[in-house]
Amino acid sequence: MEEKSIKFGKSLVPIEEFVAEGHNFCTGCGEALVIRLACKALGKNVIINMPTGCDEICTTPLPVTSWRVPWMHTLFENAAATISGVEAGLKILMKKDRIPRRDIVTVVMGGDGATSDIGVQALSGAMERGHNFLYICLDNEAYMNTGIQRSSATPYGASTTTAPAGKVSIGQTTWKKDMVAIAVAHSIPYAATACPSYPFDLMNKVKKGAEVKGPAYINILSPCPTGWRHLSNMTIEIGRLAVETGIFPIYEVENGHYRLNIDRPRLKPVEEYIKLQGRFRHLPDEEIKKIQERVNEEYRKLKAKVAAFAA
Amino acid sequence: MSKRIGLEASHAVAEAVKMADADVIAAYPITPQTHIPERLAEMVANGELNASYLPVESEHSALSACLGSVSVGARTFTTTAGQGLELMHEVVYVASSMRFPVVMAICNRALSAPLSVWADHSDVMAVRDTGWIQVFCENNQEAFDLTLWAFRVAEDPRVLFPAMVHLDGFSLSHVIEPVILPEQSEVDRFLPKFQYPFALNPDKPVTHGAFGPPDIYSEAKVAQEVAFRRSKEMILQGWKEFGDIFGRYYSPVERYKVEGAKTLLLTVGSLSETAKIVIDERRAKGESVGLVRLRLWRPFPFEEFRQAVKDTEVLIVFDRCISHGTVAPVFCEVRSALYDEEKKPNVVGITGGLGGRDVSVNDFGYVIDRGVEIAEKGSQRMLETVGIRGEMVGIRG
Repeated sequence: MEEKSIKFGKSLVPIEEFVAEGHNFCTGCGEALVIRLACKALGKNVIINMPTGCDEICTTPLPVTSWRVPWMHTLFENAAATISGVEAGLKILMKKDRIPRRDIVTVVMGGDGATSDIGVQALSGAMERGHNFLYICLDNEAYMNTGIQRSSATPYGASTTTAPAGKVSIGQTTWKKDMVAIAVAHSIPYAATACPSYPFDLMNKVKKGAEVKGPAYINILSPCPTGWRHLSNMTIEIGRLAVETGIFPIYEVENGHYRLNIDRPRLKPVEEYIKLQGRFRHLPDEEIKKIQERVNEEYRKLKAKVAAFAA
Repeated sequence: MSKRIGLEASHAVAEAVKMADADVIAAYPITPQTHIPERLAEMVANGELNASYLPVESEHSALSACLGSVSVGARTFTTTAGQGLELMHEVVYVASSMRFPVVMAICNRALSAPLSVWADHSDVMAVRDTGWIQVFCENNQEAFDLTLWAFRVAEDPRVLFPAMVHLDGFSLSHVIEPVILPEQSEVDRFLPKFQYPFALNPDKPVTHGAFGPPDIYSEAKVAQEVAFRRSKEMILQGWKEFGDIFGRYYSPVERYKVEGAKTLLLTVGSLSETAKIVIDERRAKGESVGLVRLRLWRPFPFEEFRQAVKDTEVLIVFDRCISHGTVAPVFCEVRSALYDEEKKPNVVGITGGLGGRDVSVNDFGYVIDRGVEIAEKGSQRMLETVGIRGEMVGIRG
């Protein structure tokens, strides 16, 4: 119990690396950092399932692997289903005394396409059935592995290869799908957002998600220099600006109760975030203004939820 | 003491899963397979079977969940039919390529469109290349026996391939027949506890499902194929040991009244029982006909099949599936299997029994007569069919 109360911080980060230093991620990849930090928070008693994506491709080119913990990939849209089987299998084998009884955290780490598009049915099924698992969405806001195609997590106004900006288009014309709201709608005990620019918040949430009984969902914004077209040394700053502008608020929902983990008295203008990224370079001022208005509105709605539960 | 009771084939499958003491069942309901998951869910709810039953949200997730449960070493079963097997198609390949020995019963069903819930073999033939051990049941006893046997063979550490047990939808799955259920102690003697050698375990981390760049994919696939073909030995050994314990011996190719037969009819699945009636009638009249039934479909039993048909003059292959734009699948397969033989029968193919269309004793009589006629004179028809109103669709016969 004592161990569970430990919170990660500047003076307390495990030195073990569960994902080996050898891998093929791009320089400045936000996702690689998320995986590294999340694995430190999870420790060695885990089984990780990973759908198809950058993370899988960059860590396991046969015959080598970066993984020092049990890891499995099968397909693109089914990681939430495979982890259901892992969790159910472990549980029944322990019940039948076929394997030693112990805590093993069952985790999915998958991209936004695998999570909010093609795998959303399997994820919904696994959450609805109440499996004891943690789902981490490595949200880099497009299909980066296949070459920056749009997903339902791509933000409004971003140019991608399948929703490119052009003479008569601004690129993505839809607002980012709210996966946390979808998770919360399944009445799961824990849902949250995080960003590697706030590493201790991220690690503590991963730990909390691993410890709750039942499904937990964490959506982690993972800046992608290649797809967002920003300098590879700007990953942390861009993640921080996503939070400080209110475009990607950092909050958690415990048993339906909303809490803003990072609440700034004044949000920075979204322009500060947008202007650093090539994917938004084409946007005219009036579109940036539209984004600002929508961000203000979404942030206000989120604060209202927080206030409702605080009251 | 073993006992002999009346059981629906679907329930016979469920009994086998129970006696195998399966750990995880993940399934999605689809006609005509529903009685299998329903019965298993009931057994789990009543405490008769100490297993985890996952009522997943699709067939794709059903087989995906099975990959997960096998990956930690749980004995795992699923079941589907027709459209369900199509929906799980990509997972079917992954199960065999990742060497996860799931056992799956298929209540064979036609494929849409038009929508049909009734039996044919379109669903099987769409997964024939997926690297699963596949057997066809003829009756309820086989449904029980082959399900039990499938766990034994699939989970053998020298095999580690998934296995499909095919039973024709409704015409077998829903039929009640006497089934001999063995003693649990006999089953335990036949089927050891599942020990998956590469289980995901934090004490001994392994990586499953690494991707294959071009410099290694070919070797991975050929290694899989070599292992799959070698599984035949354990398939035969499994049947031998099954027979020694339970008294019923099975073979890859069943032969019925083939002695000296000039004409052989070849079937797969439950229709062979109807075909046997015709063989009996023809034999009684002094005609030289017999029946060959493929029980083992994958890996294809080349040796046993060639041995079974080598002395006959005409081999008539009955298919319950159309392969659009080419010849029917079983016909294609067996004719190819005989191509290099010096002495081989004249092979002809006739298709029928699609989407639950009944194939009667009279129909099989026609199949034999027409088959012999085609062997002698050849066929001028686009398709050789039986029991289909050819005049409605622009073909004769």
